[in-house]
Amino acid sequence: MQLLAFILFSTAVYANEAYNVLLDSMKDKNFVTLERLKQDELQEFCSQPRSASLDEVRAAKLREAAFKGVPIPTGERYLGDWQLGEKVASNGRGLQYSDDPEQENGGNCYACHQLDPNEVAYGNLGPSLSGYGARGQSVAMLQYTWTKLWNTHAYNVCSHMPRFGAAGILTEKQLQDVMAFLFDPNSPVNRSQP
Amino acid sequence: MHKGFIRGISAVLIGLWSAMLFSETEGVFDEYRAMLGDDNPAIFVIFDGEEIWFTPAGPKSASLEQCDLGLGPGVVEGAYAQLPRYFADVDRVQDVEARLEHCMTQLQGLTPAEVHGKPYSLRGDLGTELEALVAWIADQSSGLAIAPMQAHAKERATYELGERLFYYRAGPHDFSCATCHEQGGRRIRLQTLPNLTTYQGAAEAYSSWPAYRISQGIVRTMGWRMRDCMRQQRMPELVMGSEATVALQTYLAVNGAGAPMAAPGLKR
Ligand code: HEC
Ligand code: HEC
Repeated sequence: MQLLAFILFSTAVYANEAYNVLLDSMKDKNFVTLERLKQDELQEFCSQPRSASLDEVRAAKLREAAFKGVPIPTGERYLGDWQLGEKVASNGRGLQYSDDPEQENGGNCYACHQLDPNEVAYGNLGPSLSGYGARGQSVAMLQYTWTKLWNTHAYNVCSHMPRFGAAGILTEKQLQDVMAFLFDPNSPVNRSQP
Repeated sequence: MHKGFIRGISAVLIGLWSAMLFSETEGVFDEYRAMLGDDNPAIFVIFDGEEIWFTPAGPKSASLEQCDLGLGPGVVEGAYAQLPRYFADVDRVQDVEARLEHCMTQLQGLTPAEVHGKPYSLRGDLGTELEALVAWIADQSSGLAIAPMQAHAKERATYELGERLFYYRAGPHDFSCATCHEQGGRRIRLQTLPNLTTYQGAAEAYSSWPAYRISQGIVRTMGWRMRDCMRQQRMPELVMGSEATVALQTYLAVNGAGAPMAAPGLKR
């Protein structure tokens, strides 16, 4: 019993050491404060190398919690305006201390994904989403994508994509617009020939 | 005499660079590098750094000549390649910037606040004294193998801490260094991301910093690189010479150990 308490305690201390060091090594800058150094349960769980094997029981719990927290969009309207969505996808600004907090945050999708095949400046940390609309607009497909964007960990715990909805990076409206950018047959994601 | 010349050159280079950026292709940088040949504009900053090292400054009107970068007072050649390392006089592991801060406060009588006032240039600046010093000190290790000390227990603990910080996810975007730097063949938009967990990725990156940033016309240090990646990670400001920056740099240096130093490098 005491041994167990000791083990639990020492792993907590171990995880906290990084936090304490960061707290001593950083300072507030503009609107970005030391508050950001605190980890939530998911972040703490996911702070391991990609190759590390995860505790499957905890992973399943976190996945479920992420899933439960995803709201249905107002009026069950999944798709907004693809033209506005295109702007959100291209905009890489937001939440860095060098950014203007008065401006809308971007989704920075191009940093990690190919979307419009005519855009050459795209990153590849995530898969190509060009032609995404070909998957169709079934309720299941819309819900899957909405959930993925709101909180990617609902499907893939420890995914490296940001939790755009759950973390408050993008608004519901912006997410509906980005969804339209992915699904609308007239969006360059689905229309453009490379 | 050479200062005006440097500034002239920098202005021309930045102008050229912006013109070339229009085409937005990866090949541009290589073309540009080929054009420069062996000429790295950092050479002028290196001269400045050497001059600053030997010039008396601060309330004590002392130069940095007695500064011990790990190989004994005044020994600069080869010192950078063995940093970060443990220093008994402060009982801590330090990188070049933490050590310079130590020397500036101890030898020259500057206050920590003065040293931390503006260690790194802002965009449009012409470079800080710290940047020039680091450029010169790193150049004095050019061609020598990266060999950070890992003999003392604190040095090994610093490496382990660096590894944990590398994987530490936090902030609104849940990013860690690993998000962007744990896989090969990846890029963000058009910028190639090294896999810093491997020898090759860490060696290429570590050996080439400090570096002359063509797009900014100044020399940037590895300490600045750490701070700026933390900014991209949506974290607060990383303090120069802090325990976290030293640990991250130790992690990179040990991963890349053995590769020859080639700094100051040349970056986009
Ligand atoms: C930091 C990198 C990053 C950013 C920024 C990012 N993603 Fe992702 N995304 C990923 C990764 C990595 C995956 C694959 C792993 C996974 O499924 O979690 C992914 C997966 C996806 C998927 C699922 C693909 C499939 O085949 O089912 C969609 C849809 C998606 N992203 C859309 C977006 C959109 C829209 C944005 C912008 C609002 C965005 N992503 C921004 C990294 C990113
Ligand atoms: C959101 C993505 C992202 C994150 C997170 C990130 N970096 Fe970077 N890093 C970059 C990009 C992009 C570059 C290349 C910048 C350029 O070309 O101007 C880079 C460059 C570097 C380099 C220089 C590589 C070279 O060869 O010149 C080092 C070293 C580095 N990062 C370390 C780190 C460390 C350590 C962390 C964690 C504290 C980190 N990065 C977090 C995106 C990131």
